[in-house]
Amino acid sequence: MKTIIKNGLVYINNKFEEVDVLFDNDRIIEIRKDIQKDADSTIDATNKHVFPGFIDLHSHLRDPGQTYKEDIISGTKAAAKGGFTTICCMPNTDPIIDNIATVEYINRKAKDFGFCKVKVIGAMTKKTEGKEIAEIGSMMEGGIVAVSDDGACIQNAKLLQNVMKYTSSFNIPVIIHAEDYNLSKGGQINAGKMSTKLGLGGIPGLAEEIIIARNIMIAEKAKCQVHIAHVSTKKAVDIIAEAKKNGLRITTEVTPHHLLLTEDACENFDTNTKVKPPLRTENDRQAMIKALNEGIIDFIATDHAPHSDFEKEREFNLAPFGINGFETAFATLYTNLVKKNEMSLEKLIEVMSEKPANFLKLNSGKIEVGKKADLVIADLNAKISFKSDNIISKANNTPFIGKTFFGKITNTFCDGMLKWSN
Amino acid sequence: MKNKHNFIGRNLYDLDDYSADEIIAILEATSVMKEINERDYKKLPTLRGKTVCTLFMENSTRTRMSFELAVNRLSADLVSFQASISALSKGESLQDTICTLNAMGIDLYIIRHRFPGSPQLVHKYSEKPVMNAGDGRHAHPTQALLDIFSIWERLGTLKDLKITIVGDIAHSRVVRSNLIGMKKLGANVTVCGPKTLVPGFLPEIYGCKVEHDLETALKDADVIMGLRMQLERQNEGLLPSLDEYTKQYVLSKRTIQFAKKDALIMHPGPMNRGIEIMPEIADSQQSLVLAQVANGVAVRMALLFLFLGGK
Repeated sequence: MKTIIKNGLVYINNKFEEVDVLFDNDRIIEIRKDIQKDADSTIDATNKHVFPGFIDLHSHLRDPGQTYKEDIISGTKAAAKGGFTTICCMPNTDPIIDNIATVEYINRKAKDFGFCKVKVIGAMTKKTEGKEIAEIGSMMEGGIVAVSDDGACIQNAKLLQNVMKYTSSFNIPVIIHAEDYNLSKGGQINAGKMSTKLGLGGIPGLAEEIIIARNIMIAEKAKCQVHIAHVSTKKAVDIIAEAKKNGLRITTEVTPHHLLLTEDACENFDTNTKVKPPLRTENDRQAMIKALNEGIIDFIATDHAPHSDFEKEREFNLAPFGINGFETAFATLYTNLVKKNEMSLEKLIEVMSEKPANFLKLNSGKIEVGKKADLVIADLNAKISFKSDNIISKANNTPFIGKTFFGKITNTFCDGMLKWSN
Repeated sequence: MKNKHNFIGRNLYDLDDYSADEIIAILEATSVMKEINERDYKKLPTLRGKTVCTLFMENSTRTRMSFELAVNRLSADLVSFQASISALSKGESLQDTICTLNAMGIDLYIIRHRFPGSPQLVHKYSEKPVMNAGDGRHAHPTQALLDIFSIWERLGTLKDLKITIVGDIAHSRVVRSNLIGMKKLGANVTVCGPKTLVPGFLPEIYGCKVEHDLETALKDADVIMGLRMQLERQNEGLLPSLDEYTKQYVLSKRTIQFAKKDALIMHPGPMNRGIEIMPEIADSQQSLVLAQVANGVAVRMALLFLFLGGK
């Protein structure tokens, strides 16, 4: 089955060129101007852009166990709508992904019914309780790409050191959610001006920074590759930059909401702004954009965290943390960063595709002959709005709901198969 | 009673939504209500046929009684909802509770809740006017209005007064609402307490002064307000002991001498005598503590009258 995408502006070597892209089943086989070959399907991408499929290292599919929030089918479909062709799911399901059986369940369901590829991140401690090391070796047989306790943070330095030593023998990274529980206790939003004004408990940047600094020191000793999830403060970025300079195998990610929003978004007690780490200050936000542009932050991850309306529609203190992210990521970032000249389109694509592909050692993330036909076509002039009746995810918990953005994904091909078109 | 400002259908989440003129209008209406409260026959038929629901999701005695008395004195029907004996304790969500109550035909809600932002939720679900009777540490606008009224009534204005608030600033909703309201009326407010109990962002948000030394904070003050100091703060590691707090911050004959002579003494209650305030001060001629309670009923009557369009 051959498909040609004609006349699109194609992302090639960090630039855009007007060429045709021909792929046969799941492989790209030819890229040049004006391909005159027979194909089973031809798509005209005139005035549109063609990107490598986006890759998300951080998401929550809620399957098994919390499928009223999301499941593998709805989650991957929402991802395909957002232009993602590979997503990694975090282990905080019910039961927790800390065993090979659950890994295989997700692998099989995603393969049979998914709208994009799913890679599993296994727990690093059993039930993510931070007590005993999980069966990481067994889960490796199911192809886990990393281990993480997701939203749980190991407070015990000795245990973390053992987890890091143990994991390093499998040559996969440990992903860290950095949160000192004593410092974050009772916190609802960033500890600062807005938490003072609203009388809400604060989560200080220090809760994140102190764990990152500590874990960097432990990783150095354990000779372990670490990835810091959803970095959110300027100081945290500075600590990571320093560790990179010292040669530690460390990477980090930032979410769209930490690039686009600040604590000010919480002013009306909108529970859709309640997230961990919390939305920080404008100073922090600017530091995130700068660090991403400079490569200190390696890539963007959505931290897609679907929650049902009835869970978010309640008192701020009682609502769960998390923001729904697959469908909004590209359009919100394109509209608010690229169109406002805070970031180039080339850079945005690099940090949504190429960089996370490299991190996961995938044969995708670039549009090259021989690479996987994971491709996205986008109409940057087309508008997209997010409403509860057009959101594909089972959940509506995004602060961007009701708003309109530029940059609509019109087609998503995953392994050469059309998984989304609109 | 005529009023050029329109309060009908509005919500009272906090004082930031109200202009200085509107606050003055509320104070003037309060004076009228106060006169009624001093009559032998303390009742007006003005809100007959209106139904007010008080939702107290957190323990409260004085605020609840004050509101309920105000409702009764204006002849509105009162529905009183208490969390401990309600469906909430059976796990019903606030949303379901409000929708259920709303179906009974409530005209205005008054809510006390331990979580900030809850009054906004009540309005969202009911689409009826809501008065905040205290939401967590966030706001307590009717307390601030009765505090402001108590000063205004005695001194005629708040403009250029030095008002010093002493105690657990961080956990106080009363302080936050007072900082907004007093500033709008031109007062200069200083807050004072140990650093663990005074958020550093206050001057930036409210334009107040922060002092950690009581003597400096009280210097030349026209009004002094003490706040309740709770034993929990010791357990939370914010204070070594109440005794040490008292040594540094108690309002006593000795410490208030740094303020202006005859400075007004206030406290939102309930008081811990001997911890944040000494009895000789709380019960002195300068003390407005009981006047605050009396004014609380009048302020709440004025608010109900204005918000429900009494005639």
